[in-house]
Amino acid sequence: MTLYRHALNRALDEELANDDNVVIIGEEVAEYDGAYKVTEGLWKKWGDKRVVDAPISEAGFIGMGIGASMLGVRPVMELMFFSFAYVAFDQMINNAACVRYMSGGLINCPIVVRGPANGGTNVGATHSHTPENLFANMPGLKVVVPSTARDAYGLMKSAIRDNDPVYFMENTLLYGDPAAASELPEEEFTLPIGSAEVKRSGTDVSLIAHGRSVLVALEAAKQLKEEKGVDAEVVDLRSIRPLDEETILNSVVKTNRAVLVDENKPFCGVSAQIAATIQQEAFDDLDAPVLRVTSIDAPAIYSPPLEKEQIPNVGRVVEKVMQLG
Amino acid sequence: MTTQLADQSNYAQAEINLQLDAEEKIKLMRDMIRIRRFEEVSLKYYNADKMGGFLHLYIGQESIAVGTISLCGENDHIITAYRDHGHALAVGMGMNECMAELFGKATGCSKGKGGSMHFFAPDKNYWGGHGIVAGQTPLGIGLAYGIKYKGLTGSSLCFLGDGAVNQGAFHESLNLAELWDLPVIYIIENNGYSMGTSQKRSSAFKGSLAQRGEAYGIAWESAKGHDIYEVRAKTKAALDRAHQENRPTILELATYRYQGHSVADANAKKYRTPEEIVHHKENFDPLNVWKNQLMQEGVLSEESYRQIDSEAKSEARQAAEFAEQSPYPEIGEITDDVYFEVDKDTEAGNQGRHFFHD
Ligand SMILES: Cc1ncc(C[n+]2csc(CCOP(=O)(O)OP(=O)(O)O)c2C)c(N)n1
Ligand SMILES: [Mg+2]
Repeated sequence: MTLYRHALNRALDEELANDDNVVIIGEEVAEYDGAYKVTEGLWKKWGDKRVVDAPISEAGFIGMGIGASMLGVRPVMELMFFSFAYVAFDQMINNAACVRYMSGGLINCPIVVRGPANGGTNVGATHSHTPENLFANMPGLKVVVPSTARDAYGLMKSAIRDNDPVYFMENTLLYGDPAAASELPEEEFTLPIGSAEVKRSGTDVSLIAHGRSVLVALEAAKQLKEEKGVDAEVVDLRSIRPLDEETILNSVVKTNRAVLVDENKPFCGVSAQIAATIQQEAFDDLDAPVLRVTSIDAPAIYSPPLEKEQIPNVGRVVEKVMQLG
Repeated sequence: MTTQLADQSNYAQAEINLQLDAEEKIKLMRDMIRIRRFEEVSLKYYNADKMGGFLHLYIGQESIAVGTISLCGENDHIITAYRDHGHALAVGMGMNECMAELFGKATGCSKGKGGSMHFFAPDKNYWGGHGIVAGQTPLGIGLAYGIKYKGLTGSSLCFLGDGAVNQGAFHESLNLAELWDLPVIYIIENNGYSMGTSQKRSSAFKGSLAQRGEAYGIAWESAKGHDIYEVRAKTKAALDRAHQENRPTILELATYRYQGHSVADANAKKYRTPEEIVHHKENFDPLNVWKNQLMQEGVLSEESYRQIDSEAKSEARQAAEFAEQSPYPEIGEITDDVYFEVDKDTEAGNQGRHFFHD
């Protein structure tokens, strides 16, 4: 079994080998081996030119990566926490997302910005943001949030080869989680960005989630089956934009019920978009309103037992499903 | 190796230090010891899983918070980054509320909402405790702006690390500070590293980091940070500049952290040699340097030192007990403290929907 962090590491290593234009830049990615060890060993293997330690200057170095990508370099930029994207927001939105459009298609930005975007580790409000909804709100950007090692591997390779900016959101709790580990084949493969996956099939209700919430949904599905006799299907979005609406709708048409599990804050969170799609496209197939389990609507609390309750957890998902009646 | 300790401070004769009486000198000793013992106890409980998240320890740097803040008056305000326990205790926050915050308890200074990186005590002119590197620097000039706007004679002491000087927000704040004559004192606590990156690998500079101020016409100085007399002498000049001329200063103080960047820093002993750490501990430990100084001055005896130390230890242990026994916040309290108007149940707070989870 390959851990999530090692799957990412392998994808990065292979893409460094596959394309001389790929360069990894970020804080502590080289000599320190990455704050979360995702880039471990890469600097030793590939050297100073390909794996570069950046000072704490997110607006500067992320913007630099975007600029270099306009010239055909393929930077894979690490944000130690995706929360630090807020320091580089202007670059990531005004430049990366808009330059292709504003140039009438003359310029493109094949950049990947990656890093963990999650709560649940008691690092407080400034370090626990889940900005997938913010970035997915901006046409021109792609947003990927894998929940397993296999998906992380296949999607990272596609992200690096993609000619548009891809913001790739990982999770510090998944890096070493055996539940997120996968069996990876020897040979290289990629997974297309924009395809969801049914991670568990069921008949009674669709749990639709992304990132670590998929694992929460799977655990909840197990409990629902064992304790309540409810057979839940779990759909993993994997990519937020582009969004695989077909897989979502197929599932809802089959189960006639949907509970969306989403670590975003509720207001205009990813699940709000999914809910809009479902009611528009599958209204006649619904036997109940679409319900959501999101983070409790406040900045991330530090207090460890409270933060467990603030983000979606198994108990809250089970309870929400039972509310469907 | 111990010559440094044996030397008398060159700054003992600075006017601001000549004004100190024995009691005040001992208070400086006590303040530093309290910070160290508080953090040692917090580390123990962190390792016992009583806390979550990060714990960035200030051990080795105590003379800076204690020395600078010892000069602060009614209208001098303090703001810093995430390595904030030392400053918190130096401004007079209690060990109980600080320890309880680390434990995530409702009795914590931020009700368990902020954690280690986010201590605040506005009633003591302490504005945090900030997790985003250099994010506090514009706030620092904001405090200075507020002081000046209100016509007060005061200053803002804005602490940052040697890694934070490379953020755009810091540079923008420098320009504003000089352009608008703001009474801010940037105190760069230069401990040589930003996480695992040495100053040389992260910063382009000529003589020092503070010298960057020259480009903006800001007064700057680089000095040693382990000797409280020196810290106070340099800070005094900057405070005078702020109070009398409304002008900014960049003061860079050399220091060293003994522990890893945070307790979770797995490489704490890889990016620097064990000899380097020992060298600093043996020669520049701020507690030892001050203790030696005071013993030479005849102000402190070994016995009184031990007394202060054991009081600090038991105060820290009691704070941990207090924290352990305190309750966690209630789940319903997660959405308190988000909006003033909602908390206070005002008309504005009752207009429209503010929270969206169900
Ligand atoms: C914008 C931002 N980028 C990165 C980080 C992660 N980080 C936290 S502290 C730190 C090193 C800062 O070093 P320095 O400014 O020297 O302060 P010290 O830790 O030495 O006190 C880094 C990279 C952060 N918190 N915020
Ligand atoms: Mg530093």
